Amino acid sequence: MHILEVDHIKKYYATQKAVDDVSFTVAPGSIFGLLGPNGAGKTTLIRMITGILYPDEGNIRLQGRVFNAMRDMMHVGYMPEERGLYKKMKIGEQAIYLAQLKGMSRSDAAEKVKAWFVKMDMQTWWNKKVEDLSKGMGQKLQFVITVLHEPSLIILDEPFSGLDPVNSNLIKEEIYQLARKGKSIIFSTHRMEQVEEICDQIILMNKGTKILDGSVSEVKQQFKENLFSITLAEPPEESTHDSFSVISTSGTNLVVKIIDGYGPNDVLHYFLDKQSTILSFFEIMPSLNDIFIKLVEGTPLARQFEKLSA
Amino acid sequence: MKKTWLIVRREYLTRVRKKTFLLSTFLTPLFFALMLGIIVAISLSTKNDDLESIAVVDDSGLFTADRDSSHSMIFVTNGKTDTSDFEKKGYKAIVYSPRTGPNSTDRWKIFSRKTVGLMENQQVHDKIRNEWEKKQLTKMGVNIYSVDSIKNAAGKIGIDPIVLQDGGEKSGNSGIAYGVGYGAGFLIYITLFIYGSMVMRGVMEEKTNRIAEVIISSVKPFQLMMGKILGIGAVGLTQFFLWVILVGLFFSLMNVFLPPGMLEQVNGATSQMPGNNAEASEALAGLAAVQVGVSSVDWLTIIACFTFYFIFGYLFYASLFAAVGSTVNEDPQDAQSLMLPITMPIVLAIVIMVSAIMKPEGNLAVISSMIPFFSPVVMMARIPFGIPGTVPYWQLGLSMIILVLGFLFNTWLSAKIYRTGILLYGKKVTWREMGKWLMK
Repeated sequence: MHILEVDHIKKYYATQKAVDDVSFTVAPGSIFGLLGPNGAGKTTLIRMITGILYPDEGNIRLQGRVFNAMRDMMHVGYMPEERGLYKKMKIGEQAIYLAQLKGMSRSDAAEKVKAWFVKMDMQTWWNKKVEDLSKGMGQKLQFVITVLHEPSLIILDEPFSGLDPVNSNLIKEEIYQLARKGKSIIFSTHRMEQVEEICDQIILMNKGTKILDGSVSEVKQQFKENLFSITLAEPPEESTHDSFSVISTSGTNLVVKIIDGYGPNDVLHYFLDKQSTILSFFEIMPSLNDIFIKLVEGTPLARQFEKLSA
Repeated sequence: MKKTWLIVRREYLTRVRKKTFLLSTFLTPLFFALMLGIIVAISLSTKNDDLESIAVVDDSGLFTADRDSSHSMIFVTNGKTDTSDFEKKGYKAIVYSPRTGPNSTDRWKIFSRKTVGLMENQQVHDKIRNEWEKKQLTKMGVNIYSVDSIKNAAGKIGIDPIVLQDGGEKSGNSGIAYGVGYGAGFLIYITLFIYGSMVMRGVMEEKTNRIAEVIISSVKPFQLMMGKILGIGAVGLTQFFLWVILVGLFFSLMNVFLPPGMLEQVNGATSQMPGNNAEASEALAGLAAVQVGVSSVDWLTIIACFTFYFIFGYLFYASLFAAVGSTVNEDPQDAQSLMLPITMPIVLAIVIMVSAIMKPEGNLAVISSMIPFFSPVVMMARIPFGIPGTVPYWQLGLSMIILVLGFLFNTWLSAKIYRTGILLYGKKVTWREMGKWLMK
């Protein structure tokens, strides 16, 4: 059973189709990447999943039931892109308060907060105020507050922005652990390299619509261009064959594109026949970044406001 | 319910624990005391600075004595001084009487080099008038002392209204009604004046701290609004009652330590202060008038109703402030201009109350005591006339229910506005969309 099913949801603003007929599912214990350039509609989509906005059309199901913000709030943890906490409130007290608002009892909340603070090395922060924290520290606190009530669906909007590598890794590690415990994580970002590392599954949005859906390796398979890198012992002479065309050469390294109808073996045969010593041979997979740019390229950099006759 | 209570608790405790709250709670009465002290000092020092010598030239021969009867500094002379030499003779000013007689309406004239102050002029005026009256009366053979006692007795005449009921007689009192109605209106107005903007700013707190999305994904906007209004409202009430207690304490201390004459002077001085304080002392005077007729009224009912109408009237208006606060995204100045229109109905309520007292069973009184904008004031003015004589139980019940519902409606409305406004981030919403969100 999927933890989250988003079924053809739409949200139109006065001048924009913010989210236009998007569907996807999230499996339990998976890390799900929600990608897209600025203004693609990611935040609107997330706000509908967290019950802040209502979709104009379509359904959202959480754990098989139609999402009901009131009932399901405590199963969802949301870290918005615009981070914020009560600046004047003491940190320990604030964390307990926010956990209580999610429905935890005071004693439970206090216990959990203490445990997390030990884990994240934040014990000394208890009586400090949020305004005393640096941006990165605030981020860490926000993460703890998001996952404190042990939601089964955790939604993180750009969780690593503003974090140094050490703290990034700390949080990444926590995300893995949560996924291992069966929690699902939706992870919204436009930083592709993070997604590649972490996510099991991604969707890519642009201009309010979903343009890509699948696991990271599936997506890469889908967008690979049959490029192979070959490193030889000596610099190769002019090589031509029906099975491939050379894209680039640098020193002993060749990048070739295999023509449709042929396979890597045909290429290897050619070089072996020429008595070349092959040091390495591997397929060049496109990075998500490349795919992202390729797909989004050509659309205007900024979304234009348009008149909708909705 | 539990979440609302959590929010109430947080809103209340974070504010009450603040240093600024403690400071303003205890310093304001102190400041008030200090102001009073300064006023006392000023009024005492001006009192010593009595009338300077003023010459009165009277050709009618009415004023024969050298001084007026109260032995103040007015000298009455007969033709021995004129405008050319009054200063040399040590007078500050010279007053010329017209040809005075019982039928004369000519005006008197006062000449001086420096302008005679308004107060001084008034004093001279009063004294001449008094003297003149007395002199005329004596001339006609009337005993001045018996006139005084007649005047005194006339001033003591009062009328106690008695309402005839099935079970017998019951005294009603429009003075009490006025005092109670005005007191309720005044208290609500003042508390809102001080704490309305606090509610408003409090509602914007989540938005300025950018925590709104986290909160809204945890609680219903209605719970948030209710919690905020009740929590911050309670802060206002706490501070207000502490002030009342402290000021009361201060006044009773003053009663013990200061001679009574001085206190009268203080009262005189404070009543001359402009603005709110004038209203305050008027209200206090109203309340003082109330105390005269205490025994004739069912105080328990009045106090119970007063508490109810004060608290819910306050909450009703506070929820309006919350609604204003939730329309505004981050700039508090946008909201500031909307504060006046919100407090205006209270002033209107006081105006309606004045005419409602004259006819507590009239249409205006009955209808406006049902409207939540006015009911806390108007109904409170009607209640002292008697329940269920003037105010039937159904009217009281209905008025209370409408007030509470009005408060809930406002809270609901502000929650809707809040949820809509919070996510706009500068986007323009169509009315259609707004309507759609309101319905959800």
